[in-house]
Amino acid sequence: MSTVLLPPRHYLNDGYGVRSWLLTRDHKRIALLYLAGVTFFFFIGGAMAVLIRLELATPPGDLVTDETYNKLFTMHGVMMVFFFLIPVIPSVLGNFLVPIMIGAKDLAFPKINLLSWYIYVVGGLFTLYALISGGLDTGWTFYTPFSTVASTTNVIPAALGIFITGFSSILTGLNFIVTIHRMRAPGMTWFRMPLFLWSTYATSLINVLGTPVIAITILLVAAERVFHFGFFNPAVGGDPVLFQHLFWFYSHPAVYIMVLPAMGVVSELVAAGCRKPVFGYSFVAFASLAIAVLGFLVWGHHMFVAGESVYSALIFSILSFLVAIPSAVKVFNWTATMYQGAVSWETPMLYAYGFIGLFTIGGLTGLFLAAIGVDVHVTDTYFIIAHFHYIMVGGTIMGYLGGLHYWWPKMSGRLYNEGLAKLSAGIIFIGFNLTFFPQFVVGYLGMPRRYHAYPPEFQVLNVLSSAGASILGVGYLIPMVYLMWSLRYGRLAGSNPWGAVGLEWTTSSPPPTENFTETPRVTWDAYEYPASVETDVA
Amino acid sequence: MPTNHILPTRVYYTIFAILMLCTFATVLIAFFDLGPLNAIAALTIAVFKAVLVVLFFMHVRYSTRLTWAVVAGGVFWLGILLALTLSDYLTRSWQTFG
Repeated sequence: MSTVLLPPRHYLNDGYGVRSWLLTRDHKRIALLYLAGVTFFFFIGGAMAVLIRLELATPPGDLVTDETYNKLFTMHGVMMVFFFLIPVIPSVLGNFLVPIMIGAKDLAFPKINLLSWYIYVVGGLFTLYALISGGLDTGWTFYTPFSTVASTTNVIPAALGIFITGFSSILTGLNFIVTIHRMRAPGMTWFRMPLFLWSTYATSLINVLGTPVIAITILLVAAERVFHFGFFNPAVGGDPVLFQHLFWFYSHPAVYIMVLPAMGVVSELVAAGCRKPVFGYSFVAFASLAIAVLGFLVWGHHMFVAGESVYSALIFSILSFLVAIPSAVKVFNWTATMYQGAVSWETPMLYAYGFIGLFTIGGLTGLFLAAIGVDVHVTDTYFIIAHFHYIMVGGTIMGYLGGLHYWWPKMSGRLYNEGLAKLSAGIIFIGFNLTFFPQFVVGYLGMPRRYHAYPPEFQVLNVLSSAGASILGVGYLIPMVYLMWSLRYGRLAGSNPWGAVGLEWTTSSPPPTENFTETPRVTWDAYEYPASVETDVA
Repeated sequence: MPTNHILPTRVYYTIFAILMLCTFATVLIAFFDLGPLNAIAALTIAVFKAVLVVLFFMHVRYSTRLTWAVVAGGVFWLGILLALTLSDYLTRSWQTFG
């Protein structure tokens, strides 16, 4: 074991002023700018969730009015979906890791990368303005004709904010696609790439192909609201179901924009945590692409009770079941990787275990919803809320936190407090399940979503859920504290504290601005773990 | 195939003139009731205009096969959107049993 020192020159000490950050073209610094942004919006969305769960602790609507409650769940959804869940892993971990993992000095378009961040911030400020100046009450789904005709709240500023932020997604996706195609180091073939890159690539394809559709759809909403066109308003010849087709054509694949990168993270965590190659590498890689493609064919399952034709519903139902195949390939392959592996119990692996369990529950309940008969029964109930939170929170956030803990030593050069990290991972897992599992039950029993009052017989399950949310909130705050603390006081990490393989672990922690002192030549496959890899933790 | 193809400006002016003519044609046709052909006529002209923009203004005609593949991918995805949406609209009036 050798003495560990910080490298004399790295991306964090390459300029200290505000300008050096706000005008940076270094993908690693831009990743940290995004980290600040997504964390800010996560806590705003989280504050809304706290108020929602406080209101639902008692059956009558006694904390906020029904109008305020409508605004709370709308802004919770808008902030979390568009400004946290969709950008979080690609923009933070993807930005930091994509060039390093392929052995490049930066993304293909560094200036466009910085532009993406500014666009994200401007879009976020528009939406924040909508929130502060009176809020929005349409639900994050902006369903018409309510959003175009009836709502008296800030539809236009919020819609504009989402429209603007969409360009950030498109540009980031484009940057990743071009970078992965054109800038791989010598010897880094497609099938030597880490699986995180395959999932990031698949996500980028969805971003580029799907995001323009939601952008145009939101513009149509704005146009109908301002100029009273008849796109969606049946009173003037429009069709509200047309809005739902256009909205869900993007917004269902958006679920995979959220969860595919988390799956990529979990592949990295499982390989490193088990000291083994991922079982069935090419199946896991192609499963990412299959999910990206199939994800575009299933949106109609959101509309089974919305007036969609029965025959169309039948097609969408069958197609929805198909998504289970590549999803299951991944889960089975991770499990097979762990089989007879030297399984680790360090913090990143705890999140990986959490992801696999919670994603499995979320995915299997998704099969319930692909079945038209069950879906009709539970549509717009808390069963749906529980299902998509298991995927989007249990999946995406567990993957994100696992990845953040795994690569934090690389990003900061320092180690965090492992005991506190394990504790918070446990708290988050328990808090998450206590929050959302009762919602499956209360939803199945018939409690509808989006109401601030409910019959007293549902109170026990709602109190359990609110109690879980408070535990979950504490679990999210603890990493904030020890990660910040580690920036100054954490032990030095060294270049490869996990003893992992992959190009990112061959450069210093933190890496130099140009990532590698010389361009690496790759002569090995992904996850080629020797019998034992020496770590260099101090 | 060259990727930095430079076109003479008269090509752009010609395409622009054709686009304007097509716009004029769209407005003109709107004054005649063609029955079920109303939408078809307007959409045909619109698609023709879009193809001109993609081929000449966006230089796809002179681009690599990879660029063609990207364009084809975009069109295919638009096809998915239209086909599955129409699977709803075209079958709403079909008889159901039970």
